Amino acid sequence: MISVENVSKSFTLHNQGAAVIPVMAGASLQVEAGECVALVGASGAGKSTLMRMIYGNYLTASGRIMVGDLDVVSAVPRQIIQLRRTTLGYVSQFLRVVPRVSTLDVVAEPLLATGSDRDTAIASAKVLLSRLNIPERLWQLSPTTFSGGEQQRVNIARGFAYPYPALLLDEPTASLDPTNRATVLTMIEEAKARGVAIIGIFHDHAARDAICDRQFDVTQFTPGLAA
Amino acid sequence: MTDYNFAYLDEQTKRMIRRAILKGLAIPGYQVPFASREMPMPYGWGTGGVQVSAAVLTPDDTFKVIDQGADDTTNAVSIRRFFQKTAGVKVTEATEEASVIQTRHRIPEQDLRDDQILVYQVPIPEPLRFLEPSEVETRKMHALEEYGLMHVKLYEDISQHGAIATAYAYPVKVEGRYVMDPSPIPKFDNPKLEMAGIQLFGAGREQRIYAIPPYTQVVSLDFDDYPFEASKADHACDLCGAEDSYLDELIVDDEGGRMFMCSDTDYCAGRRKQGHVGAQGVPYAEDAA
Amino acid sequence: MTPLLQVEDVAKFYGHRIGCTDVSFDLYPGEVMGIVGESGSGKSTLLNCLAGHLTPDRGAVRFDTRADGMRDTITMSEPERRMLSRTDWAFVHQHARDGLRMNVSAGGNVGERLMAVNARHYGDIRDKAIDWLGRVEITSDRIDDRPTQFSGGMQQRLQIARNLVTGPRLVFMDEPTGGLDVSVQARLLDLLRGLVREMNLSAIIVTHDLAVVRLLADRLMVMKDGHVIETGLTDQVLDDPQHAYTQLLVSSVLQV
Repeated sequence: MISVENVSKSFTLHNQGAAVIPVMAGASLQVEAGECVALVGASGAGKSTLMRMIYGNYLTASGRIMVGDLDVVSAVPRQIIQLRRTTLGYVSQFLRVVPRVSTLDVVAEPLLATGSDRDTAIASAKVLLSRLNIPERLWQLSPTTFSGGEQQRVNIARGFAYPYPALLLDEPTASLDPTNRATVLTMIEEAKARGVAIIGIFHDHAARDAICDRQFDVTQFTPGLAA
Repeated sequence: MTDYNFAYLDEQTKRMIRRAILKGLAIPGYQVPFASREMPMPYGWGTGGVQVSAAVLTPDDTFKVIDQGADDTTNAVSIRRFFQKTAGVKVTEATEEASVIQTRHRIPEQDLRDDQILVYQVPIPEPLRFLEPSEVETRKMHALEEYGLMHVKLYEDISQHGAIATAYAYPVKVEGRYVMDPSPIPKFDNPKLEMAGIQLFGAGREQRIYAIPPYTQVVSLDFDDYPFEASKADHACDLCGAEDSYLDELIVDDEGGRMFMCSDTDYCAGRRKQGHVGAQGVPYAEDAA
Repeated sequence: MTPLLQVEDVAKFYGHRIGCTDVSFDLYPGEVMGIVGESGSGKSTLLNCLAGHLTPDRGAVRFDTRADGMRDTITMSEPERRMLSRTDWAFVHQHARDGLRMNVSAGGNVGERLMAVNARHYGDIRDKAIDWLGRVEITSDRIDDRPTQFSGGMQQRLQIARNLVTGPRLVFMDEPTGGLDVSVQARLLDLLRGLVREMNLSAIIVTHDLAVVRLLADRLMVMKDGHVIETGLTDQVLDDPQHAYTQLLVSSVLQV
């Protein structure tokens, strides 16, 4: 489902003397449908960078990243937008939303964007928010004012609203209490069972060991860090 | 007579105005620019109408001037005397007898014939000016037949007054093409714009001439659910009893007493001559005595 | 899928100065593209060239018309272009008074485009105006008020209603949230996002506010000195800018 083939990436900081910082070289990774792979490596090794490259958020200098049958590296913006809408979900560490939009609407948006009618989308959003223990009195409020844990759960609800065949999870269980953590892990397990290909970053080692089929150490592809 | 060229204006100027008139007749409702001259009267007193009258008058014509329907107001009398002096034409107060009628703000009650010309004095010829101040833009709108804005004005009327409150200078579409300002005639007169006579419109200050040829289709703009209505005061003339004429309301004392009378003085006098008497009127002969 | 708008090598010069030059891109139905850059970068010049307010000195701006497919809007006749601009196109100005008739009621402002395409039933026009005012969160009891009695945010929403009432397919926006309080901005942005999605609108938004494009635009074009220096997916350009100027622009944003 996801195939990273020999990708490289460097940052050029034009405003700091045009310093070139290589961050990844020759990385390759395959993830099959129904498989969950954890990215591991020291902080700064490029876990998030690789994830962002797969999502099209960072440009990739060379190589190929196939998600389904689209090469993210050479795709035009329109194709990536379509990919994100229907194929590749992403739960980031931080919630980024339009201020003053209600939590229900935030969670329902991926469904509305793919043409679901409003009632269906809102109903699905309610189910997810209940499951993740977001109190109903908060649903009409904007999540921008929520606590870190609440925001994280809203973010997860949003990421799981649409049944993407591939998912990127960046620290999905960070800042969650044990009950909600368990719920999120169950949701990930369910997604795997549905055949979703998942790439995740987990600092929560217990969670990682519980749901990931294997680990992928990005350090080996980090210039300057590779042993 | 020897002191002036016939009808005051020089021949070249009259030819220039006639060309504008002919162009106006050829393109009904289209505002033709013309080189308006200084006339011996202030703008707003009918300089446009006077120039058009000067250009169409011939020595054989009989000339009549009405101001809001009346032959005897200062403005009407002055213009009538002006052409009496500068053109030496016959003048009349009878609609029937006139071959050229210059008017301010009315159409005579009596139907005009195809050998008569009605000349209107026009203050602001551009019907779109109310909402669009730019002349460049309004000319473009006419050229491209973009007349949505005209209905915005009528929409505003209905939304504010519950009905189309525009009572005079009510916009019309001429021969299915140009939207035109019929000058500040009451909308009661709008249906009469489809007539046998030639209608010429002159705006002196704005330097525009436009025309409606005989038997041309003239449609008052409206909405499907708010159709055009030619309204007048719901009353009969207190002098001649006419129920079909446009009326002026006159306050006659300081106790709220009022009377309604025909704004067309010739029409009213004619009816009274025929023996019609209104509620406050007296028989014609006594009045004359 | 055919693009809704094809821009090819558009250039506009003011004497020897470059307004904008070498601009080419395709915009597809439902896509929202942001154009960012500092004052004088040529972004407004470009927008005005695209919307038919300025005639470019070079290039083609092809629009997928309903009747005849792809047509170059620069070479089409003026009546055709004006017809497009009051049916299939919409233009939201930064200053509401440039886009509204300030001496006409809110209802009349919304109704004008309908009447321009020959709507002649007062009741229907009014119903549509009320519907659209509602969609931009203006209550129906304000329908007969003039825009001068509205707040800045309301004026901007009224401008949007006036533009969208004829169901356009392409919306040009010039700094639509400029000069508004941040809270009012947020509400307007949310409204625009909803309308873009519901009506499957394509939009080109010129702004210098990177937060606005991040929330509204799928794609981004960065301009400097009349040239396009970087294009791409909005979040990619903002999170991984390639050009020196874009990096400077992104790093100059104040964090709150």
